[in-house]
Amino acid sequence: MCGIVGLLLKDASLRPRLGELMVPMLIGMTERGPDSSGMAVFADAVAGDRRKLSLYCAHPGFDWRQLEGAWIAQLGAAQFELNANHCIVTTAADVTRAREWIAAQYPPVHVLSAGRSIDLYKDVGLPAEVAERYGFSHLAGTHLVGHTRMATESAVTTENAHPYTAGEDWCLVHNGSLANPGSLRRKLEKLGERFESDCDTEAACRYLHWRLSTGESLEQAIEHAFSDFDGFFTFLMGTRDKLALVRDPFACKPAVVAETDEYVAIASEFRSLAHLPGVKHAMVFEPKPAQVYSWSV
Amino acid sequence: MAPAAQRVIFDLKRQSVRELNQFLHGELDGVREVLVENPDGAHSLAVGLNAAVRVDIGGHAGYYAAGMNKTATVVVHGNAGPGVAENMMSGRVEVSGFASGGAGASAHGGLLIIRGDAGLRCGISLKGADIVVGGEVGNFSAFMAQAGRIVICGDAGDGLGDSLYEAVIYVRGAVRSLGADARIEPMSERDHGAVRELLAAAGLSHPSSEFKRIASSRSLYHWNADARQSY
Repeated sequence: MCGIVGLLLKDASLRPRLGELMVPMLIGMTERGPDSSGMAVFADAVAGDRRKLSLYCAHPGFDWRQLEGAWIAQLGAAQFELNANHCIVTTAADVTRAREWIAAQYPPVHVLSAGRSIDLYKDVGLPAEVAERYGFSHLAGTHLVGHTRMATESAVTTENAHPYTAGEDWCLVHNGSLANPGSLRRKLEKLGERFESDCDTEAACRYLHWRLSTGESLEQAIEHAFSDFDGFFTFLMGTRDKLALVRDPFACKPAVVAETDEYVAIASEFRSLAHLPGVKHAMVFEPKPAQVYSWSV
Repeated sequence: MAPAAQRVIFDLKRQSVRELNQFLHGELDGVREVLVENPDGAHSLAVGLNAAVRVDIGGHAGYYAAGMNKTATVVVHGNAGPGVAENMMSGRVEVSGFASGGAGASAHGGLLIIRGDAGLRCGISLKGADIVVGGEVGNFSAFMAQAGRIVICGDAGDGLGDSLYEAVIYVRGAVRSLGADARIEPMSERDHGAVRELLAAAGLSHPSSEFKRIASSRSLYHWNADARQSY
């Protein structure tokens, strides 16, 4: 069991309050996922020649200032924003080169996300603790994808928490389980995808990203996933300007959507949406199985 | 509405679901009606009731609302999460909006009314209750339903009535596909009467002539070695 939450603000005046509206949604899913939680936030894109990378290191004493100095010397100018054991780096460096440099020079540091819009936070602990640790309630942006995890098939670690990302400005969270992540992974590794955890969800995230990178639409990619994924899933996905939601054809895992003129909110259960302004008059519905729903900023 | 002395209000912003359910399981001392305010999708509201009481849930309910209900009337003024009225024994449960998956699962008796749509697996393993759905039902509804009646005023998804036993389904709309061993049968006068009775109980007024009957062809009742598992 896990909890998923998503929020896309159509009303620009609400965007400074994205985090404040989201925190009760995440905490509302604590019973579905008390082990760890995470969130991908999409905000205004940085300039076209720049990228943001969300980094994470489990060691509390890690010397981020040393990394910053080495980065600037090796990869050029960059801004480092430290937040507990996460750090958002804004840089003009090539993302692939930066990833390789970190993997080679700083093995304990994980690149959680890369892109022009996405910032990513995830960690072990109750959703309320993780939200407090990283100040989720102060976050602003256009849309977000969040998750509370109850681990079933891999260890409770930050790497195995959701959201997962691949490429740039793409993330996915998952409620469910896949029975064939190993064969998906072997197939994708041959195609050049590099895995960073042993969680089944990472295989789904990288599979869909690979499909999209071949030029398929999200609908086409998911249509292939229905035949290539063996398991149960409700997936919520985020791109620079979109949230997308799909449930497998058996729809064992729940989801509910509340839409108003101001926002679209998605959660595993209504109890995570009950606090939202105007929700009593929202259009509330359950997504149908095997149907792709998407909403744009 | 009952006089104030016979009516109790629970506000779940201030009181817990456990307090509500313990009150409903106790000596009701003449209380005839209970209003539940701010349910906000909480789980297990008004479960395991065994008294002639009416419970009005003023909003959306979470998982298992009115599960195992006996005698009581429970009305959800909103949507219901998975497993509403599961294993109901008797009484009446109404949902004014939609109901999520597994509505009325394995219910033995009583009447479940869903005014909106029902999700997947509505009436799965039904054991004798009646279900009336004002809208459509999702895939695999009435799977292995053993006894009872289901009236569906809208369409039905895939695999309707798969591996049915003796429950009977009446559908007004289109059926995307029937499950193994389910078949459309002629409507008898008794079937028309059953549809009229259940629609009247739900306050709906479609002509019974618009419904078709779906029941088991009973070909799975006995092992057939010649079929070579090709069901």
